[in-house]
Amino acid sequence: MSDWLPRLSRKNRSASKAKDRLKLVLIHDRTDISPSALEDMKDEIIKVISNHISIDRDQVKIQMVHDGREQRLIADIPLQPLR
Amino acid sequence: MAAKIITITSGKGGVGKTTATANLSVALADLGQKVVCIDSDIGLRNLDVVLGLENRIVYDLVDVIEGRCRIRQAMIKDKRFDELFLIPAAQTRDKSAVSPSDMIALCEQIENEFDWILIDSPAGIERGFKNAIAPANSVIVITNPDVSAVRDADRIIGIVEAEEKGPARLIINRINPELIRRGDMLDAEDILDLLAINLVGIVPEDETVIMSTNVGKPVATEEKSKAGQAFRNIARRLMGDEVPLMDLDLKEGIFQKISKIFNTGGK
Repeated sequence: MSDWLPRLSRKNRSASKAKDRLKLVLIHDRTDISPSALEDMKDEIIKVISNHISIDRDQVKIQMVHDGREQRLIADIPLQPLR
Repeated sequence: MAAKIITITSGKGGVGKTTATANLSVALADLGQKVVCIDSDIGLRNLDVVLGLENRIVYDLVDVIEGRCRIRQAMIKDKRFDELFLIPAAQTRDKSAVSPSDMIALCEQIENEFDWILIDSPAGIERGFKNAIAPANSVIVITNPDVSAVRDADRIIGIVEAEEKGPARLIINRINPELIRRGDMLDAEDILDLLAINLVGIVPEDETVIMSTNVGKPVATEEKSKAGQAFRNIARRLMGDEVPLMDLDLKEGIFQKISKIFNTGGK
């Protein structure tokens, strides 16, 4: 009886934390890009694109995702509506 | 037909490479297969003690490579199975004594006489590991359900792919069903999700592994051992049989059953 309460909140147990941490670690291990290098790259990409088109800088999302053992860099760059 | 050459490796040390090599060798021999296992961990030999053959060593891997003996002289016949042999690692010699091409040449000498050659790799990603995978047709990566072992397994899987020995297959060793049930251990599904490779088996944490290693008698020979059963299942899968994964569920009490019903959407 004593141990079924924690089971109801399995999401907060240590295994799911381990999985979340590993997800991030593996992405960076596989690509050799640190989170801060990714941030720098993001800033540069925003700068280059802004030279050509007006974008909503705060909403830009650039992230590494994994699909099987393949890594993918996904950029989501919302444009600023024309006034 | 030439032997299937499988290298068992892990990245991280202490996850059970040698135990797995010994037990899969024994389990394959028990299925009537002709097996040679090679300890390629030069300087840190251990497959001999796990198999209980440490007192029979005269020549070793480096003696064969350096031409001090014929390969047959370095092959130690197992106590239990007539068609199981061990080529032990050298214990004292310099690691640079062996190269990847030496390992390939060594396996070529015996591959037509056996069904399986299992190579126990050293930990790490250095020369010893490169030697161990050089002759392999396929690679099995072994891990434990903890963050550091899984992380290192991922590195190894990537290197195995880069060396064109992939795709590697996975064994998850030392699973503790009670911790998984509490949500305090990564389960097989979590690990496969992270590593994205195929599974060949799961092995529960089992004190009979320590007991059988103490006496040099691999647990795969123990009829009642759960870990032994797990290794026998993996051997059958290597032979091409479809064997369902072991059910590691503990005997559940009524309260666990009830809470499981509540918890079905939780994962």
